[in-house]
Amino acid sequence: MSCGPRRDGGCLAQIKDIEGITHVSNEKAGTITTAEPTIEKETRSEEDLDLPWQVVVHNDPVNLMSYVTMVFQRVFGYPRERAEKHMLEVHHNGRSILWSGMRERAELYVQQLHGYLLLATLEKAG
Amino acid sequence: MEICRRKGAIEILELDPFLAELLRQIPASANPDGAPAAEQRLFSPPTNGKETELCAEWKIYVEPELRRLFQSATETVAGDLEQLNGDEKTFANRTLRIPAKHSDAWLSALNQARLVIAAKNNFTENELNDHFRSPIGSRRDLSLFQVNFYGFLQEFILRELKD
Repeated sequence: MSCGPRRDGGCLAQIKDIEGITHVSNEKAGTITTAEPTIEKETRSEEDLDLPWQVVVHNDPVNLMSYVTMVFQRVFGYPRERAEKHMLEVHHNGRSILWSGMRERAELYVQQLHGYLLLATLEKAG
Repeated sequence: MEICRRKGAIEILELDPFLAELLRQIPASANPDGAPAAEQRLFSPPTNGKETELCAEWKIYVEPELRRLFQSATETVAGDLEQLNGDEKTFANRTLRIPAKHSDAWLSALNQARLVIAAKNNFTENELNDHFRSPIGSRRDLSLFQVNFYGFLQEFILRELKD
């Protein structure tokens, strides 16, 4: 699926160098002077940056605990102990963060989890 | 009723007509059509509502794939359930053989059915955890029994996959 424009990078302020060399002609003197290049600073708000995305699984009273554990093992490749730990976190706390990282992969994980009929969302970290 | 693993398949033996009928109901029960709550549960949004653009794209690109996935699972199960079709007037117990390679389709279809039934009946967590509720005195009780029976089958299939 299309995810919109990618926004890679992780610093809070990005400096954008502009090829701003401008030529000013001085007809009277018959000379051409070259102005200093300008550097434009572009700052982006924290929201615009590609913070890690979290894959969150929410509690559902219908899905079996053993089924949820199996799904975590299959989708994330987690060993049984880790999968069970997340399953119990979902059961007791209502949600568990299963993975965090780049948005594209997080979307893929959520899609897989929906394929197994788990209640899963992706959320921006922080 | 007896469940065992035999020659690369899960066999459900001595299925009485009542339980056989509940199994026949799996594909129909998994269908969310006409029940917005069930539809919403099977096709839940991918975000908590903040990413509207992503939700819109999800509906266009992902939902159709999920529908195909779910439909494929229920079709496989419906094919296996044809073993239960026979002389309708016979009340003899039956046997159902689920090939091991169909295990995932069964897990999916059983899960779909349980979620759809629970959403349609708006079962509470307490009701779903009350495994000793009896006897079946209403349509709602029957639906709850159906959810628990399908859950029991899921547990058995999961145990077989683990071994």
